[in-house]
This record gives sequence, structure tokens and C-alpha cells, in this order.
Amino acid sequence: MADRLSPLEPVYRPGNHGNLAGGAGVVLGERQPGSIVQLAVWSGQERPALAVMLDVTGMRLPDGAGSGSAREDIAAFGFAPGRFLLVSEAEGLADRLRAALSEELGTVTDLSHGRTAFRIAGAKAEWVLAKLFAIDFALAAFPTGAGRSTSHHDIFAQIQRSGPEQFDLYVFRSFARSFWHTLCRAAEETGYEVR
Amino acid sequence: MLIPCPYCGQRDVSEFTYQGDGNRTRPNPSSTDRAAWNAYVYDRTNPAGEHREIWQHSGGCRAHIVVVRNTLTHAVVASSMARARTRADRREPT
Repeated sequence: MADRLSPLEPVYRPGNHGNLAGGAGVVLGERQPGSIVQLAVWSGQERPALAVMLDVTGMRLPDGAGSGSAREDIAAFGFAPGRFLLVSEAEGLADRLRAALSEELGTVTDLSHGRTAFRIAGAKAEWVLAKLFAIDFALAAFPTGAGRSTSHHDIFAQIQRSGPEQFDLYVFRSFARSFWHTLCRAAEETGYEVR
Repeated sequence: MLIPCPYCGQRDVSEFTYQGDGNRTRPNPSSTDRAAWNAYVYDRTNPAGEHREIWQHSGGCRAHIVVVRNTLTHAVVASSMARARTRADRREPT
């Protein structure tokens, strides 16, 4: 297995930071999943392509725009018409999907080296993210498992709610360090712990 | 201004890129009709009222959408996937 290098390495400071008067409101961290894969499905082929995804990953996505599902070891969500992001702790997911998916159904792109994955968890996670992105983070509008594509200024982000108080963010790797600074600044008000 | 993306729902205009007038029809690429090309490139109706236009949700799902927007009030009265329109156009006899 190759070493996983983080673009955040020079600025990643584990510990408690910011306003800790009420304790840390959120926990911030970088995840290093083994696979980040984009599945792009030709128009009209969603059902057979998602059946292949179910075979390969065991993930069944509910119908509807931006729907998804999250487990500890694997997560998937739709982020655009006919496009899905799959994130797995195991390496080699792109190869397994590519082997199973006919070219008649869609394409598989391995983004494992192109995205950096962040996790924000805690009672103030919605509050901190709402400072950065102009979308509704309330549980009723953004249910667990669902995904959203949005951007903070020109930094594009794909966001999945992986728990009632937990979000996973996928950002272009070249923007990751800058975005990490922004995320930490946004969390200073509530206090944050980096793990 | 909020634009309703058919995939993502209501989003801020800052997530979108304007792609131009949605009323014009490009001449056949092999056409040498200079008047038709001139009209396609330059002529705009510039209405004070409802205007059909193409936007891309470039800061979101990246889909191209057809938006009907009132140029006086900025009220968006309709939005749909541009790909649906393209398919409908292709089915029309040429």
C-alpha cells in the first residue's frame, strides 16, 4: 500500500482551538478514504447502473435528486443528474466498479488522489457550515445520507450528511489547505477540536 | 436572486453562470447564409418582461438549465433541464 500524503500536513494541528468557553462545538478532521470514485451514468441508464453499484458495494440509493446512503466503511450519493460519488475505506473500488460496469451504462473515474475529504461533527456542525455555504443544513431539508453540490466562493464542495450531527466534505485537493483554513476560522466562534 | 435548479432546488445566483439568450436557434453549421448568422450572433429582443435564457449551475450540479426570468422584477417563473429541450429539438423534423 502506498503512503497517503495529506495536503494539510503543514497546517494540521490536532488539539483544541478557538473559543472553548462552552467546550468545543465541533470536531474537525481529515479523513483518508482508500477510494473516492465518480460514477457517471448515461442518460436513461440510472437503474441498471445503480444495480451494478449495489452488486459491487452493497449500497442501495433511495430515488431522488441528491439522495444517498452512508455507512462507516462506505458512502455514496448523487451530486448531479446521473452522477454519483462513492467513497470507500477500501482501496481499489474504481477497478472493481469498472470491471463490473458495462460501457453501455456509464463510466467510472478514480478521484482518490484528486479530492481531500473532511469531516465536521458536533452540535454546532450545521451552524459552522451555514456560515460558508448558502444551502439549508437543517435535518428536515438535508436528511442523513443525502448529498449536495455547492461552492464557497470558487471552492467547489460536495457535501454528504453522514449522521444527524455529522457532515463529510469533498474538496479539490489543490484547494484543500486553503479550505481547511477557512473551515477552522469559521469554527473559531464555537471552539473546535482537531483530531 | 434565487434560481430554482431542477436538480438541486433553490440556490443563490452566485452559484450560476449565465450562458446567454435561450431564444436564438443556431443556423445549420454548413450554412453560408450571412444574414442568418448575423441574426444568430447579434440580434437580441431585449424584452422588458419575461425572457428565456440559459444558465449553468456551475457552482453546483453543473447542469445547464433553461430559465424564464422577468427582466423587470428578476422573478423566475420557470426552470427546466436544457438537455430535455435539446432532445425535444432533435425529434423535430429538419
